[in-house]
Amino acid sequence: MLQSLHAFTEWVANTPLSLLIQNVSWVIPAFQSVHILAICVVMGSVALIDLRLLGVTGRSQSISSMVNRLVPAVWVALVILFLSGSVLAIGEPVRSLENPAFHAKMLMLLCVGALTFFFQHMLRGDVAFWELSPARRATAKLAAVVSLLLWVGIIFAGRWIAYTEAGFGN
Amino acid sequence: MIENLLMWIENTAVAVFMRENATAFPLVESIHVLALTLVVGTIGMVDLRLLGVSARNHAITKLTTEILPITWVCFGVAAISGLLLFSSKAVDYGHNFFFLGKMLLIVVAAVNMMVFELITYRSVKNWDSETPTPFAAKLAGGLSLAFWISVVVFGRWIGFTIGGAF
Repeated sequence: MLQSLHAFTEWVANTPLSLLIQNVSWVIPAFQSVHILAICVVMGSVALIDLRLLGVTGRSQSISSMVNRLVPAVWVALVILFLSGSVLAIGEPVRSLENPAFHAKMLMLLCVGALTFFFQHMLRGDVAFWELSPARRATAKLAAVVSLLLWVGIIFAGRWIAYTEAGFGN
Repeated sequence: MIENLLMWIENTAVAVFMRENATAFPLVESIHVLALTLVVGTIGMVDLRLLGVSARNHAITKLTTEILPITWVCFGVAAISGLLLFSSKAVDYGHNFFFLGKMLLIVVAAVNMMVFELITYRSVKNWDSETPTPFAAKLAGGLSLAFWISVVVFGRWIGFTIGGAF
């Protein structure tokens, strides 16, 4: 498994696209900048929604109107993150794909993606779904805390990619 | 004079710790990234509202009172963590084009915000829930968005021009 992943990263590293990204010095910082700007969109939106769920701020708006206003922007930002992240990974495949910090980031991303999808899905059937009973309100608060923690974890893991020993070796 | 100040900063106990402890720099840098994404993400929402692009059915004053306190807290965190990062290599940062450019951009963004706050925002009652927003508000929102995006880009470029991990 690790060996076939290593073979894959070696193959990616030698593709013309990867070589191009490696050899043009502004590509990596430029796409990292785009990546961070997209994270700004995600973090701003997620923080406002989660703080609203926790009852800290934004109480003048209903949960569903806030989710419907902000979550679409998050999904668009996630697409930009995937595309810019792919460029970064193609340019430096060993640094990312063979990096435990990167794996942790992807795992947390899957979790928060599933959580967000489920949360939004329930609202689609019933705009007041998360406000109907004390149990649901408590669940929504728990989801908010978990979501915030996961996003903070994703940012930390993302930054840690630069500081973690990558590569499975031979 | 400035040279001496940079050297002095770089030799403080905090700076030495930031430089020599293997975990300190990435940890503080992660906090810096977290805080700055929240600053730019939240301020960007207000900017887009001023431009009349999003949240058009929300009053501007409501949006600013709900969002900007978060922006300010996060800006404080970003400034403190940024100062810690800066201290670790104060002399290098002090001579880095992108670092100096980033600081200048933050000052310009602050001036833009003050001009908006002191002049344009005084009449907000007249256009609080209106779209399109007045030209002065659009200008302030557009400039703010451009300045903060540039701050992020310059910030990322520092890491590639100063050495160390990126």
